[in-house]
Amino acid sequence: MKIAVCVKRTPDSESRFKIGSGGAAIDETGIKFDMDDFASYAVEVGLQINEKQGPGETVVLAVGPDAVQETLRKAMSMGADRAVQLRTDSTPFDGMAVARALAAELKAGGFDLILFGKHAFDTGAGIVGTAVAAILDLPCVTAASQLEIAGGKGSARRELEGAGELVEFPLPAVVTIDEGIARPRYPSLKGIMAAKKKPLETKPAQLGAVRVQAKAMALPPERPAGRIIGQGAAAVPELVKLLQNEAKVL
Amino acid sequence: MPNVLVFAETRGAELRKVALEAVTAGRAFVDAAGGGEVHALVAAPSGGAAAAALGKHGADLVLACEHAGFARFAREATAATLAARATSGYRAVFIPFSANGRDLAPRVAAKLDAPLVSDVTSVAQSGDAIVAKHPGFANKVIIEYAAAGPLVVVSLRPSAFTPAESPKAGRVESFAPVADPGAERIVVKGVQEGATGKIDLGEAPVIVSGGRGLKSAENFKLVEDLAAAFGNAAVGATRAVTDDGWRPHADQIGQTGRQVSPQLYVAVGISGAIQHLAGMRTARTIVAINKDPEAPIFKVADYGIVGDAFEIVPALTAAVRDARKRH
Repeated sequence: MKIAVCVKRTPDSESRFKIGSGGAAIDETGIKFDMDDFASYAVEVGLQINEKQGPGETVVLAVGPDAVQETLRKAMSMGADRAVQLRTDSTPFDGMAVARALAAELKAGGFDLILFGKHAFDTGAGIVGTAVAAILDLPCVTAASQLEIAGGKGSARRELEGAGELVEFPLPAVVTIDEGIARPRYPSLKGIMAAKKKPLETKPAQLGAVRVQAKAMALPPERPAGRIIGQGAAAVPELVKLLQNEAKVL
Repeated sequence: MPNVLVFAETRGAELRKVALEAVTAGRAFVDAAGGGEVHALVAAPSGGAAAAALGKHGADLVLACEHAGFARFAREATAATLAARATSGYRAVFIPFSANGRDLAPRVAAKLDAPLVSDVTSVAQSGDAIVAKHPGFANKVIIEYAAAGPLVVVSLRPSAFTPAESPKAGRVESFAPVADPGAERIVVKGVQEGATGKIDLGEAPVIVSGGRGLKSAENFKLVEDLAAAFGNAAVGATRAVTDDGWRPHADQIGQTGRQVSPQLYVAVGISGAIQHLAGMRTARTIVAINKDPEAPIFKVADYGIVGDAFEIVPALTAAVRDARKRH
C-alpha cells in the first residue's frame, strides 16, 4: 500500500518552559525537540501495515523550517522510504493553513492511507488530520486506538468519553492515531545509516492566508504550596473536616 | 450584533453536559459583544426534548435537526449540516472539544474555509478578531490566539465553562439535514459502553485516581470503593498503571491521556510525575495519599496524608460514607 504519515516536531514534553522575550513564543534555549509522541505512533502503525501487507511505500511529510528535516530523517531511520518537507519560516499555529499545505501536496499522491497523530503536544489542537481529509473529501476516522486494514477496507475503534465506537470505512482514507495502538520502534544503527541515503525533498509550503496567530503566551498561575495535614489513618477525620468546611466539596 | 451557532452535542437523544457549557459560553460571548442571538443546533433522532434545557441556558433558537440516522454519530452529515447553517450570518460556531466535537470542528472549518481555534478556555471578540485562550503544551503554557475573519470556528474545552442559567425563548425550528446521516462513509458498527452508570472523567465532579503505589490491579478495589462512597466520582489512573494493563487506556489522566478539572481530585499511591500533573493540576482541590513524604504530588496537594494507602483509604471511604449519610 502507499501510505503517507504526516509528522510534527515538538518540544520534549518533560521540559520546564519559559516564555521567550517577544512574549508570544516559548524560549527554546535548552529545550530538546523530537518527533511528537502521537506522530511516532502513526509512523509505527504505517510501517507495520506495510510490513504485514507486503510491498508498499511509506512516505513521511512535515510542515516547518529546516529543523523538521531531523524529524523526517528519524522517521526514515525507523523505516519510512522517503520524506517531503513543506518549508515555512517558522512553525505555523494556524492548523487549517497547515492542512491546506499538506492537502495540496497529498492530493495527487495516490495514497491508500494517510496517517496523523490525533494531536500534537504543543498546540493539542487536533485539527490538521481531519481538515486534510475534509479538504480532499476523504473518509476520516479520528483518535483510532485500534486499526485493521484488509481487502481495501479499514476497521477501527475510536475512544469516546466512557465508551468505544467501532467503525468501518473504505480506502483511501485518513486516520488519526491515539495512544495505546503500537509502541514506536527505536531506529537501529542500520536504519540510521540507511536513512542518510533516503530521499528528502523540500518544497515551499502552500499555506494560503494564515488567519490564526499566537498573540501571547504565559505560564499558568502556580498552585499554592501543598500542605501535609498528617500521618496515617489518624489524619482522616481532619481531612474530612477540611473537605467539608474549607474546600466545601463534601 | 454577533450571533453564535452552537453545536448542542447529544448521545442518542440525550443532551450532553458539554452542550449546556457551549450554550452558556455562546450566551456570554454575545452578551459581552453587545448582544446577539445564540442558536443551538441539535442533530438527534428527536431534538425537541433538548430545547427546554438549551433555552434555559441562553439559546434564543433551537434548530432541531431530526433524523433516525443521528442515533449514532453521523460525522459527515452533522458537519455538512452545521456548515450549511453557519453561512446564515453568524460570527462564530461553538463546538465542544469532546471526542466527537473535535472530530467535527475541522470538518466544519474546512467546509466553510474558516479559521479554527481549538480547545479554548475563554473566548471573546476584540476589535475585528476573535481572541481565545488555550492551555497548550499539556497545560504548561497558556497560548492566547487571535483569529481573523468574518466567521470563526471555536472548540471549547469540556468543564472550562460552567453551565449557567440565562433563560431565553429557546423557540424550536426544524432544520433538515443537508446530507443523509444514513449514508456515511464511516459506518458505525457498534458502540461499546463502559460500565453502566459510570461517570465520565471529563464530567465527574470528583475523581479518585490510583498509581503504582497500589501494587496490583486487584487493589484498585480500594479506589473504586472510595469513588463509590463519594457517589459522584469517576476512577482515573496514571500512565504507568494503564501501560501495565491494570486499568484501560481510556482511564489514563495525564499529558497523553485525559486532562481533567474536577472539583476534587484524590491521588492514591501516585508520586506525581510531571506527566501526570499535566492532566490534573487544574483540579480545584487536590488530596494526596502517599507513603513517601518527598513525593512531588505533595507539592500540588491542598491536603496531603503521608502513610500506607491500604490503611488510610478504607478509613477515608468509611468517613466519607458516614459524612454523606449525615447530610
